[in-house]
Amino acid sequence: MTSSEAPNRDGFALAVHGLNKRFGARLAFDDVSFEIGYGEVFGFLGPNGAGKTTTVRTLGTLIAPTSGSATVVGIPLTPENGVEIRRRIAIMPESPGLYLRLNVIENLECFAELYEVPHSEDRIDRALRAVNLADRAHDACGTLSKGLRQRVALARALLSDPEVLFLDEPTAGLDPVATREVHGLIEELRQREVTVFLTTHRLDEAERLCDRVAILNTTLRTIGRPHELRDRLFAKVLTVNTVAPLPDPGRVFDGLPAVDSWRPDGPTTYVLSVSDSAASAPAATRALVADGADVLSISESHHSLEDVYFELIDQDEPVQ
Amino acid sequence: MSFSERRVRAILRKELREFRRNRSLIAGMAIIPAIFSIQPLVSVFALQSSASTPLSHEHVLLYMLGIPALVPSLVAAYSVVGERQQGTLEPVLATPIRREELLLGKALAVFLPSVAVAYAVYALFLAAVELFAVPSVASALIRSSDLLAQLCFTPLLAGWSIWIAILISTRSSDVRVAQQLATLASLPSIALTTLVALNVIQASLAFALVAAVALVLLNSLGWRVASAAFDRERLITGTKS
Repeated sequence: MTSSEAPNRDGFALAVHGLNKRFGARLAFDDVSFEIGYGEVFGFLGPNGAGKTTTVRTLGTLIAPTSGSATVVGIPLTPENGVEIRRRIAIMPESPGLYLRLNVIENLECFAELYEVPHSEDRIDRALRAVNLADRAHDACGTLSKGLRQRVALARALLSDPEVLFLDEPTAGLDPVATREVHGLIEELRQREVTVFLTTHRLDEAERLCDRVAILNTTLRTIGRPHELRDRLFAKVLTVNTVAPLPDPGRVFDGLPAVDSWRPDGPTTYVLSVSDSAASAPAATRALVADGADVLSISESHHSLEDVYFELIDQDEPVQ
Repeated sequence: MSFSERRVRAILRKELREFRRNRSLIAGMAIIPAIFSIQPLVSVFALQSSASTPLSHEHVLLYMLGIPALVPSLVAAYSVVGERQQGTLEPVLATPIRREELLLGKALAVFLPSVAVAYAVYALFLAAVELFAVPSVASALIRSSDLLAQLCFTPLLAGWSIWIAILISTRSSDVRVAQQLATLASLPSIALTTLVALNVIQASLAFALVAAVALVLLNSLGWRVASAAFDRERLITGTKS
């Protein structure tokens, strides 16, 4: 296959089955399985040492898995297919790894040639404009700030128009403005239907940007859409606040539609576990009014991806 | 998939650009040739015409083959382990480049300036001898057979030193250790050329041909062995695959 052929977009951008990597006696990750569709922004979360970067390096053919199988852009992950896979993906490592004595253009020229991109000048120009660095093109990379270096690394990763882009902690150490710019770029990549595999520690980032997330702690703890994970791990909760304690709260809450159970949480607060907040909230309001209660608020409690993360990671043994 | 000259050229160009902006590297490449040429030049200028007869039976100038044997080893020893320490190796290895292409690009980037420096120093040495030495000493020193040997063996010795140093660089985890080992590894070549220059080993056409063929084979083997020793996984993770 050559780079000029149209990519085959049937199936999955990444399909991983029972992948495992050991470094001697040390287990980096084990029994990792997931599938990612084309155009998806996929978040890969986990604590330090969980195996996120090793997974990226394995799928990027930089290191070989110990066992298991995978396809990357439809190509089986084998040593023989390494060059072809690397031609169609790009990896932005956590550390930008720029040649500091060379200027921005020279860094990008080198990588454009390594990817054998056609019309490399146009491609470099486009990549620089995508990361808002056109005005710094002739600056030596050694003189750039960390945020700007990260942007150069991102431009480098965009040079080859990859079908799958692995971003390893792309916002690590960036200030809020630079972080927002990187988020904007990831959104643009989503619009262009580039598959993005994003490893991050920043749960807000994953929740905001990713279609689906997986949580890894040597083994894969969970995978799904952020709201699905919340629903899977946490019951939906309505919190009712009244001005005065209810004389008989059981009379009010027992038997309400879609309310599974309730408990007091302080003298004037009641927590209701519900299966459907859209049905239970109006019913609870009506019952409270009918009971003569003065209602201060009825609110649905939201769990964040952070709650999901800590719920799963806190259960784990320390990472090997 | 075929070997890509474009990727080799990309590495070559990048390395040459980096060398050009690395003053300490340029200084390092200049010091060794200076050591090899200044003191001998002073000695040659001091020689009287009576020294020309013994000189005509020796191949003293072949000791300058030590320059292509030594100059590239320090730079080549840096090539892989240095990139690894800078953190620039992983992004390169994440591209479609093959290890053979990467190493050939790096080797050429050291080879070209090293051979150019060796030829330039030799040419300057000959010019100085021709201009300032006693004429009979100059004609005893400058002989076409030695000139031909210098032209032929300079690239061959440089290539061999480069592949040994790159091999060391792919297996080292520290730049200084790699450079020290590479310098040590270039000593046998220097010793051999010095022994020939001092007439301890008799120079002859047959010896030159055997040595040239052996070096051609060793250069070809060096590329293959260095490529085989280049372990992506170990270089990235520090752990054997």
